[in-house]
Amino acid sequence: MEKILDTKYTYTEKKDTRSGFGDGFLEVGKKNKNVVGLCADLIGSLKMGAFQKEFPDRFFQVGISEANMMGLAAGLTIGGKIPYTGTFANFSTGRVYDQIRQSIAYSEKNVKICASHAGLTLGEDGATHQILEDVGMMKMLPNMTVINPCDYNQTKAATIAIADHEGPVYLRFGRPKWPIFTPADQPFEIGKAWKMIEGTDVTIFATGHLVWEAVVAEAILREEGISVELINIHTIKPLDTAAVLASVAKTGCAVTAEEHQFNGGLGDIIAQTLVRNQPVPQEFIGVDDSFGESGKPEELLEKYGLNAENIVKAAKKAIARK
Amino acid sequence: MEKHSTEQLNAVCSQVRRDILRMVHACQSGHPGASLGCTEFFVALYFDQMKHDSSFNPDGKGEDLFFLSNGHISPVWYSVLSRSGYFDTEELKTFRKINSRLQGHPATEEGLPGIRVASGSLGQGLSVAIGAALAKKINGDDRLVYALMGDGEQQEGQIWEAAMCAPHHKVDNLIASIDVNGQQIDGPTKEIMNLLDLKAKWEAFGWEVIVTENGNEITQVIKSLEKAKSLLGNGKPVLNLLHTDMGYGVDFMVGTHKWHGVAPNDEQLENALGQLEETLGDY
Repeated sequence: MEKILDTKYTYTEKKDTRSGFGDGFLEVGKKNKNVVGLCADLIGSLKMGAFQKEFPDRFFQVGISEANMMGLAAGLTIGGKIPYTGTFANFSTGRVYDQIRQSIAYSEKNVKICASHAGLTLGEDGATHQILEDVGMMKMLPNMTVINPCDYNQTKAATIAIADHEGPVYLRFGRPKWPIFTPADQPFEIGKAWKMIEGTDVTIFATGHLVWEAVVAEAILREEGISVELINIHTIKPLDTAAVLASVAKTGCAVTAEEHQFNGGLGDIIAQTLVRNQPVPQEFIGVDDSFGESGKPEELLEKYGLNAENIVKAAKKAIARK
Repeated sequence: MEKHSTEQLNAVCSQVRRDILRMVHACQSGHPGASLGCTEFFVALYFDQMKHDSSFNPDGKGEDLFFLSNGHISPVWYSVLSRSGYFDTEELKTFRKINSRLQGHPATEEGLPGIRVASGSLGQGLSVAIGAALAKKINGDDRLVYALMGDGEQQEGQIWEAAMCAPHHKVDNLIASIDVNGQQIDGPTKEIMNLLDLKAKWEAFGWEVIVTENGNEITQVIKSLEKAKSLLGNGKPVLNLLHTDMGYGVDFMVGTHKWHGVAPNDEQLENALGQLEETLGDY
């Protein structure tokens, strides 16, 4: 479907966003000697091996003990280190929420919580590992910055950028091989939304893997004569409120698209922003108060209503409600 | 730092105990029991053992660092920090009151000098201390890291994650102590969740374990900490089982969990202060 469509962004290669993290982590390690790494027995899955090999004295394997890892990371900041913790998104958030809350967020510690295998696209492992609540948990914490990049290039850029940001960061990425459709030299600015496509009829605010689905949806809608504005919300918190409001002032309606529960996700914070400032119709693409299950990533996105086809329907519905 | 005599250190302890009781009484809230029990330990650290700078640099490079995991005994820490110059003793009046830097449990957000991480939700402080000790190793900083936990706190799972981790990573610049007072909120630890042989447990996890039989005798506390230091640098962290009496120094508070988190009333305060000499001047 994608090849016959005239998408505004194209790709020649697919790669997992976790590899973007691993490559960015090695690069930022070379640039900044204060960067250190910790991993809870998932070095291979998180692609942290190259950093570990290059900087063995700045890397700590902590075994399957995520709570301890978060505490260690908080302690390492005392002395000027910039710790990057690595484990699956489920074990980076829900499992260690209180440790993050007290020792990192409330204590204002400069820890980068790097979380892989987020969302339904983890696939076959099923609901125990497919966390769909992590963005909500993390964005509720004062002091926490929440970033959910969309492809290999953006994940790599984000991984490098967060070292220069003072304060705790939650960086969310995933496992599946996914189109690399953003330019490698695209600047990454934390907290600054990226308007990828200009349009006038509806704004799609998308984050993470679903940005690609939104790119496909835009091409489908364009063929039907609908003009879509696509905004890439890589930083969910702090939200680029000005960019959100400027876009809906023009288009008059919104669709949010994310690999997360409706509750607590990007859709929530966009809705809050709109309701407070400029109420317009909004449709939500996400998971509706349910757990995931085993399956192939594409099958799961289809079953749970998270693919381009669903974004197209949601956009039409939002426009009809204007 | 000039060395203080035992007499001087005991005089500080007496004043710290007065501060604890008056702070907790003023807001009718807080945890006097283990604060009183750990007074000698805090005074030994801040007035004798640690190299530290009361002008306070959060990074603590070139200094010994202390982490309190059982954050509810904040009154003793606040008193000792102020008595050793981190902030004015007058500020102790604000403990647990609105707009205060002296939060119920220690916090960094209000910028109180001497506090490097929040604590209160139990089980987390040892992990943080290990992280800080690892940072010192990376930085080539040969100063030490100290931590204190409660004995009831040993029931938290994260403690044992940290216990496994420190010897594995050869964190031999760390002295962790456990306040063994045998009490927790609901009663004696033996009845609530028996800790059994803590010495054997920590040894099995790969720590050098020492025992301070009487943690309310300041010369013994100092001797233990000196011994702990002598054991460092050999690839193992040191664990100090610090036996104390909860409520020590006040006859009607000693040895019971009843004063874990209860403030004295006016009459009880007067009675308690009558047992403790005002040595450095009340705030």
